[in-house]
Amino acid sequence: MDLELELEYRQGALFVRPHGEVDLSVADRFRETLEENLAKNSVSHLVFNLNRVSFIDSSGLGVILGRYKKLAQQGGRVSLVGAQPQVRRILALSGLLTVMPEYSSEEEAIARVG
Amino acid sequence: MDNEAKLEFKSLAANVAFARVTVAAFASQLEFTLNDLEEIKVAVSEAVANAIIHGYENRSDGVVTITMTAGNGALEVKVSDSGKGIANVKKALEPSYSTDPERMGLGFVFMQSFMDTLHVESAPGKGTTVTMSKAAVTPGVKEPIEH
Repeated sequence: MDLELELEYRQGALFVRPHGEVDLSVADRFRETLEENLAKNSVSHLVFNLNRVSFIDSSGLGVILGRYKKLAQQGGRVSLVGAQPQVRRILALSGLLTVMPEYSSEEEAIARVG
Repeated sequence: MDNEAKLEFKSLAANVAFARVTVAAFASQLEFTLNDLEEIKVAVSEAVANAIIHGYENRSDGVVTITMTAGNGALEVKVSDSGKGIANVKKALEPSYSTDPERMGLGFVFMQSFMDTLHVESAPGKGTTVTMSKAAVTPGVKEPIEH
């Protein structure tokens, strides 16, 4: 299954906007695309905009957490934006919300983190 | 009367979505809320992903079987594989236990959190069966209909 993924790099921030369902079938592609983009850009802030994610499970969360671990080691930041209620519950239960900040919009994430 | 359905498919990642949507569609004959159905989808997704990744070690020639039963206002879902099995089920059920650093060890945590019961039976070399159940309405809570 293809993952619809929109990426935008702007002044040190990489905006990641996945669409649809983020599960095992798209996790590898999701991870590889992020790795490629993190390698070719100097990213200090990774912003996951989950507004258009209708489903996520631990395979999808693993990709987010893996990038967080990597970026945090390099002094970078990871923010979560716009999760729908059903996705937000999964983020909360997984503990991801205790390690990464959550904002209502990309603009807010940039204003707060940079 | 109980209703039952059985689903058999190859151990392909593309089938994870097919499995969770099918189980949720079957579950919708019971009085689950939309939130309940979302939780069932996550639990099924985790169980099937475990079967593919751990049971069959990402091989696509395995078969995953799901048996769904609806009866007495509750759903029971059995997800079985004939893969390598789990040597230590107790340890596998511990939060954050994972054999893969990219995965979070949350599969069983989600299954436990989103379903009412979870039972894991496994034999090394023979496979694993995860049985989960969830009640649609708590018995005795629903108001009787007045005529």
